[in-house]
Amino acid sequence: MLEVKGLTKRFGGNVAVKSVDYSVQQGKINAIIGPNGAGKSTFFNLITGVHEPTEGTIIYKNEEITRQPANVIAKLGVARTFQSTHLFEMSTVKDNVIVGHRLRTKSNLFDSIFRTRRLKEEEQQCIAKAEESLDFVGLSHVSDQLVTNISQEEKKRVAFALALATDPEIVFLDEPTAGVNPDETDEMAKLIQKMADKGLTICLIEHKMPMIMQLAHHIMVLNYGEKIAEGTPAEIQKNEEVIKAYLGGTVSA
Amino acid sequence: MELLMQQLFNGLTIGSVYALVALGLTLVYGILHIPNFAHGALYMVGGYITLIMMTEAGLHYILAMVVSICVVGLLSVLMERLVFYPLRHSPPIQDKVAAIGILLFLEALAQFIWGADYRQMSTPFGQVVEVFGLTLTLQRILIVFAAIAVMILLYWFLKKTFTGRTIIAMAQNREGAQLVGINTHKVAILTFFIAGALAAIGASLTSPINLVFPGMGHLVILKAFVIIIIGGMGSIPGAILGGYILGFTESLGATYLSADYKDIIAFVLLILILSIKPQGIFSKGGV
Amino acid sequence: MNVLTNKKVIISLLIVLGIVFPFIIPNLYYLHIMTLAFIWTIAVYGLNLLAGYTGYLSLAHGGFFAIGAYVIGILTVKLEMGFWLSFLLAPLVTMFIGLIIGLFALRTKEHFFAIYTLCVGYIIYLVIDKWEGLTGGVRGLIGIPLPEAIGPITFQSPTAQYYLAFFIFLLVVAVIYRIVHSLTGRTFIAIRNSEDLALSLGISTKRNKLLAFVLSTFFAGLAGAMYAGFIRFIGPEIAYTTITFDLLTYMIVGGIGTFAGPIVGTFLIVIISQNLQFLQDYRMLIFGPLLTLLIIFSPRGIVGFIQMQLYQRKRKKQESLAYKNREEETNAGG
Repeated sequence: MLEVKGLTKRFGGNVAVKSVDYSVQQGKINAIIGPNGAGKSTFFNLITGVHEPTEGTIIYKNEEITRQPANVIAKLGVARTFQSTHLFEMSTVKDNVIVGHRLRTKSNLFDSIFRTRRLKEEEQQCIAKAEESLDFVGLSHVSDQLVTNISQEEKKRVAFALALATDPEIVFLDEPTAGVNPDETDEMAKLIQKMADKGLTICLIEHKMPMIMQLAHHIMVLNYGEKIAEGTPAEIQKNEEVIKAYLGGTVSA
Repeated sequence: MELLMQQLFNGLTIGSVYALVALGLTLVYGILHIPNFAHGALYMVGGYITLIMMTEAGLHYILAMVVSICVVGLLSVLMERLVFYPLRHSPPIQDKVAAIGILLFLEALAQFIWGADYRQMSTPFGQVVEVFGLTLTLQRILIVFAAIAVMILLYWFLKKTFTGRTIIAMAQNREGAQLVGINTHKVAILTFFIAGALAAIGASLTSPINLVFPGMGHLVILKAFVIIIIGGMGSIPGAILGGYILGFTESLGATYLSADYKDIIAFVLLILILSIKPQGIFSKGGV
Repeated sequence: MNVLTNKKVIISLLIVLGIVFPFIIPNLYYLHIMTLAFIWTIAVYGLNLLAGYTGYLSLAHGGFFAIGAYVIGILTVKLEMGFWLSFLLAPLVTMFIGLIIGLFALRTKEHFFAIYTLCVGYIIYLVIDKWEGLTGGVRGLIGIPLPEAIGPITFQSPTAQYYLAFFIFLLVVAVIYRIVHSLTGRTFIAIRNSEDLALSLGISTKRNKLLAFVLSTFFAGLAGAMYAGFIRFIGPEIAYTTITFDLLTYMIVGGIGTFAGPIVGTFLIVIISQNLQFLQDYRMLIFGPLLTLLIIFSPRGIVGFIQMQLYQRKRKKQESLAYKNREEETNAGG
């Protein structure tokens, strides 16, 4: 579904990602793990178009997207979340999510000024999409609250809802449970599972090993920008090199 | 040839003042990442304090300058404590607006207290001397040497003293500096003091050959911004070099291109640079 | 709903007030001030669209205001074109210049953008000041004609000019309202929050930022053209940073990124300034610190502050209501 070949990114003299070959398995939960500074976030940023790769190709549904800007990639059905949530705190949850469906609409300035039928229809469509996404992530009850008044975990869910509102086929989640307590982590894991059950392809970066080992179908391990292992959770847990990379710490933690 | 030499020397004088002002701006930017639009107002207040100390209190030019350095330095610190410190976690647009608020206030205040007229500052160094066949006023020579002395002193302070090195460390990495136990408040206060002092020195040195008036900081501060963008935001050698480059370009441009449009040179330069390299010349590539 | 907080009631009252103002206060001087306030508000709306909603603080806004004023000035005085055609062309030319500058300026971000636009503003000022052949230099342009009569409507009297400004003002407010409260406005706000997030949501930040920039210069140019047509004399000082900073002050005091902010800020400050005539040259003694204090304590200005108070009151009411309901339930259960 999404495939990268020889993906490399250099910042000045530093190699952040070094000729990685990888393919995301459709309809599965794919995880990317690795020690701090292993290049996981950079890897995400390359695929989602935030950074341009130095070398390599990215192919999504038989189409090369290597040097496409982020907004074009999003339109193709690739959504993502960020480690920090970037929501507008002084606005309601729903208002924050409505813009998520903007990429599927065509209204322009002219439509806005003259409030054409197209604008009205598309606005309804965006609102409906926002409500649907908020309902899916379990936030219908706070949709009229200001973002500043909801909890950190709820903000994470809003970010998920935003990603879902873009009508994606594949969702990249950058540390979805960072800054979330253990109980809530379980809830987030359930939500991710629910997204996969709905038929979405998931690819996530995580640090919380127990959660990953339970949740993921397929794991890739990055270390110093290089892929050192790939496989099912069981295979990864047994992999010598992975254990070494984690400095003797057991991967199953 | 003589005209060229004369203009080169003029460039050296103007460049020295630009460098001093730009240094203060770049230090503050390095530490707090604030483009301090109020820096030009500090420069203006510096000019006025020196002038007033001379005319009202009858102090010697040099003494008046010392008073000015202290007053403006403290004013700068006050600004940091009362305005920029409370805004340290706010979105960047707020710093800028706050700085503009201070700028507007200080200008109105200067006009209220000292009036809107252009005022001349006398100098004990008004004599004309001949050096290598060039006719120069002692004041211009003083500007060049004093500015260079101040820069050397600043450089020595930043490189050789512990306190100075903490400023550099913090400019390079704020969180890191906090981790190794640097008192970031103290460093910020000190940096603002130095920035204010440099502005006061620059203004006091140049006022006898220019004029003192409430809007005297406008062009200087804007040019200082141009300089630190050319030289790299936060870079100290960049500010010095940029100051002199702009000084020379302007004085040569005024002679050989157009005196009317010499002030445009800096801005056109900046617009060209940022249009081609939106993150400045010495931005760290990649990200 | 409380009558006083009902938006429709307030808006209708304000429009009626605007219409009857010349009859209640038949003082030419106040009429003049009000007309100017309408014009300034339009310029502030332009600034707010870009700085408030899209997050790009342009310090060239006074420059674009001046371009609008000078385009109509040059067209009518130097080329002797008719008023209305020139009036139509002025904002369009400003917008076109804005488009070209925006293409480059918007490659920069945050501080760089502010400094870049400040420089653009200065260049506009210097060009207007020095290019005597075109702009009349420091002497400025004198004798901009009155608008020609449209059918039976003439624009000779100050009252007629007041109504003209008021009419355009209402039109602008309506257009801005629609832009801000539409998908276009939501797109701008998304960019202000986080450009990375907006991009990841499939929004072309480049195109939308340019749109916001060009729109903001359009309104600046429109306001400038209205100013020139109303005052009928323009000099280079209208391009100076003072105008930019005045507009910025109106916007911040009213509330950056709020819909009512530009009206509240502009009218408040213009009216206060008129009542403190002795302050004229020193008004920044008050408004400078006000600007700084507001940005520290109420970053979204007066309107943002009121909105927050209203919201909190509503929330408290809801909470106490929910509390009461729970109590009743437990009582009923027990």
